[in-house]
Amino acid sequence: MTLPTDRKYTTEHEWLHEEGGEATVGITEHAQQLLGDVVFVDLPAAGKVFSKGEVFGSVESVKAVSDLYAPISGEISTSNTVLAEQPQLVNSDCYGEAWMVKIKPSKTGELVELLDANAYQKLLSST
Amino acid sequence: MTVEAKILRTPLFALQQARGGRFVPFAGWEMAVQFAGVVAEHMAVRSAVGLFDVSHMGEIVLEGPQAAAAVQHLITQDVSKLLDNRALYTVMCSEAGGIVDDLIVYREHPERFFLCVNASRCSDDFAHMQAHTKAFDCSVTDVSAAWAQVALQGPLAQTMISGICRHNSADMKPFSWVDTQVGGIDVRLARTGYTGEHGFELYCQSNDAEALFLALEKAGEPHKLGLCGLGARDTLRLEMKYPLYGNDIDLAHNPFEAGLGWVVKLQKGAFVGSKALQAIKAAPLARQWIGFKMMGRGIARPGYPITAEGRVIGSVTSGTHSPSLGEAIGCGYVPTRLAQPGMAFDIMIRDKPVPAQVVATPFYKSR
Repeated sequence: MTLPTDRKYTTEHEWLHEEGGEATVGITEHAQQLLGDVVFVDLPAAGKVFSKGEVFGSVESVKAVSDLYAPISGEISTSNTVLAEQPQLVNSDCYGEAWMVKIKPSKTGELVELLDANAYQKLLSST
Repeated sequence: MTVEAKILRTPLFALQQARGGRFVPFAGWEMAVQFAGVVAEHMAVRSAVGLFDVSHMGEIVLEGPQAAAAVQHLITQDVSKLLDNRALYTVMCSEAGGIVDDLIVYREHPERFFLCVNASRCSDDFAHMQAHTKAFDCSVTDVSAAWAQVALQGPLAQTMISGICRHNSADMKPFSWVDTQVGGIDVRLARTGYTGEHGFELYCQSNDAEALFLALEKAGEPHKLGLCGLGARDTLRLEMKYPLYGNDIDLAHNPFEAGLGWVVKLQKGAFVGSKALQAIKAAPLARQWIGFKMMGRGIARPGYPITAEGRVIGSVTSGTHSPSLGEAIGCGYVPTRLAQPGMAFDIMIRDKPVPAQVVATPFYKSR
């Protein structure tokens, strides 16, 4: 799968798409493949505040639990409640339907620190 | 300086790698944990048929004029009732009544027994068996390297194998076994399994493993045979509440509290651990191994604390999301007063208490 170029990436295999002062966050194809069948997604309530790098939730496959790290600092404006009923969407549509949270960024400077598609691709090739 | 043990590979490693298997270390072996995906593989076994490489398991042979007496001395089950070409499930205990391993004993004839033990316990089992059979005219030999093993499990397993099996596999009762040919390859075909479905475990010489695997793959094509890894093996056995050594049973637990009192035949006479087990059986059990369902959002995992009224009362020994039930299930030891279906407690999932309730087991009932 080619990496969507309309968004940024993190070294923790998450993607972030910023538009109109709101950032949508999910996990990448690489991450969902590593996880295997996703059976449970734990996401924070709206209003919760996180600093960049803080654990904001978790994704569970049959065999393992993986933490989700806030790619930027900010407040959760909404979590994707569909994933509570259909966690398998993370495997089938990680860049679309399986977005996880929308964050209101509190530090605009952090967005430039994220990787673009090329840099993330380079990271994947080196692992 | 650290000396690292070299990780072992079964004779089926290359073939499984070529089929896209994803590998993880398990008990010193590099094993396939999944192919198409744990859930898909699990459902394939429940609805059709799945094929597992279980060549990592250990095999030990006891042979000699007093082999039957030696086996009787080692295991808790009564082997005197076991006939040729039949097998039984049992545990072996320490002098203190703790569980050394759970295993299957196959009787070839009165002076030769073939034991299948857990991969993680094979060398400890061998040492235990040698130590406790010195007084018997019987040899104990670890033959694990010579044998490979695969499991063929699911409602279509028998149909699938019938075309390529010399023996009439439709005739075989559970826990019966026979030396025959499958796909032209010499196998020990046993009607045993760790999934709760109809099926077989096939033992063959290590050199024949690839040929056997390919023959089974070919025969399985019209029946939508799925290659399965250890991930699905775990979810399948957990739905049946079959114990996994190291998680659910170990030297620190006795068979009675583990719910395995049915394999302890104290009336057969003395055996290793029988004195301790007599005393344990005579007293009320302090704790019991139960199955539970999560009543709130969260998946219980091995090691997570079990709490009641704010106090830790046990820990989860096995837990997962059950593909067949679509719910999170688990097992653990809890005080006897909480060991009845309907009793409630919490599972600590990363510092958050999530409610759970004891349920009747097995969690899943095969059709």
